[in-house]
Amino acid sequence: MNRKNLRSILATAAGVIAGFFIFVIPFLFMLVNSLKDRKSANKLSISLPETIHLENFAEVIREQNYMLLRAYKNSFILAFFSIILLILFSSMAGYVLQRRSDRRMSAASALILAGLMVPPAIMPTIWVLQTLGIYKTMFGMILIEVALHTPFTVMLYRGFMASIPVELEDASYIDGCSGWKTFWTVVFPLLKPVSATVTILNAVSVFNDFMNPLYFLPGSKNVTLQLTLYSFIGQFSSSYHLLFADVILIVLPMLILFFILNDRIVDGMTAGAVKG
Amino acid sequence: MDIRPLFHITGTLRKQVSGLKIKKRYSGWFLAPTMIVFITLFIIPLVISFYFSLTVWSFTDVTFVGLENFRMFLKDKALSHSLMNTFLYSFTTCGIKVVLGFLLAVYLTGNIRLKRTLRSLVFFPHLVSSVAVGITFTALMHPSKGLINQVIRWFGGSSVNWLGDPSIALFSIIGTDVWKGLGVATVIFISGIQAIDRTYYEAAEVDGARSSQLLRYITMPLCRPAMNSVIILALVSGMKSFDLIKAMTEGGPGTSTEVIALSVYKQFAAGYYGLSTAGNVIMLIMIGFIAYPLQKFLISREE
Repeated sequence: MNRKNLRSILATAAGVIAGFFIFVIPFLFMLVNSLKDRKSANKLSISLPETIHLENFAEVIREQNYMLLRAYKNSFILAFFSIILLILFSSMAGYVLQRRSDRRMSAASALILAGLMVPPAIMPTIWVLQTLGIYKTMFGMILIEVALHTPFTVMLYRGFMASIPVELEDASYIDGCSGWKTFWTVVFPLLKPVSATVTILNAVSVFNDFMNPLYFLPGSKNVTLQLTLYSFIGQFSSSYHLLFADVILIVLPMLILFFILNDRIVDGMTAGAVKG
Repeated sequence: MDIRPLFHITGTLRKQVSGLKIKKRYSGWFLAPTMIVFITLFIIPLVISFYFSLTVWSFTDVTFVGLENFRMFLKDKALSHSLMNTFLYSFTTCGIKVVLGFLLAVYLTGNIRLKRTLRSLVFFPHLVSSVAVGITFTALMHPSKGLINQVIRWFGGSSVNWLGDPSIALFSIIGTDVWKGLGVATVIFISGIQAIDRTYYEAAEVDGARSSQLLRYITMPLCRPAMNSVIILALVSGMKSFDLIKAMTEGGPGTSTEVIALSVYKQFAAGYYGLSTAGNVIMLIMIGFIAYPLQKFLISREE
């Protein structure tokens, strides 16, 4: 027993040390350099800052007429509305797709699930958006995020629906509820765990999305967080203290989310991946 | 009297009634919002991309040129290089993630303390955006001042120009991609390993199996569904990869880290919309002809 304990402690210690070097050091590197002055940050070392320069953060926020704050606002709007729409639309779709098994529904399922693998066709999408008159608008961008996250989200809802007993719906029909009312008053509240997973995973994905805003939402008015970060690469190429202050500010929301909801995120991740 | 036909009739009758009821209860309208958005902004662009990939196209006017764009992709040095790099990138990241993810998952489900903390540690890079990871690793891989080279020099080696040397640059990005994506693979493997019935291990231990044998003959075959998920997920995301490469090298030096998704962007930025769309179609064909049959094959082996 004692020997087994010793081995377990040694194995843990090895893992902690390796994990520290591989996963913690890069993060510490961002953090310490965001707190240094220009000259010492440009040495790119991991030494602790001699004096702490919190004003780096203020300077980054003021940059380009408070671009970062606008980006925060835009990214939050984008994430918020696309997640609301995804929850409403995909829960409805997942519900019907799981409960009905006729040929039309299987075809719809197959079409949506193909989207898990198939890459989106960029230029034709821009063309469609232009035809509809919503290219370069926040509204169009929200719908794009909804369309691109639909396959994964519908799959999660459909998978979870299987665990909800159909008898509950029968009871509701006997009491005279319509199909619509049954869904929103009986079924939808039961989908809460999955809705939470959907919210977290899609929040991470939309918030960190760089490619799609680059294509579908160009322009400084609607700039999102990852686009500002990208534009700062060129601008701050010789002032790493500001670049890393920017990195920290942009990574922060997701890290806070992670520390609060750690287990939920990891569980949701596996639920989504294995069922696919 | 034979009453079986009667049963048969009532049986069909009931089926028809419940069929109607099901259609009424679970009305197709529930699907409408999802289908409208998904078809308009995903399926329709996908379908018309096949046509536009055969044209020279500038939103306003379209000239049909047949397979010219695809010929260009195969002939042009930069573009054909991007095809090769995409293969190399997706298969290498996939392979490393499968092997390391499995080993890490075995370690993290084994006899250790602090399981939760270590799992979170492995997973957290997934939440950091690719652009931020790209910036950080570009700095860590700096040819003269970078931390990685400092460590190498401290051990007596000589500096490596991680992102500036055309023969290494792609592998440096692959390493960064693995750093960021390993957590997801590991978490999937962990859930696969945890789903294995403990009694198999107990029975094998009673029979005197060594721990390496447990790993080889129980854990590995029984977490195959998880392994298949990881393979497909990593391969497809590798073929689509864009963010990290754009943030780290923009495809350079030369065309040594150019991949298809990046070519699609560059042709778009240069105004060659038809060529850009052809790149998209090539990506689709690659996934359709490699990832999709692979998935079918892997699933058929599961049973």
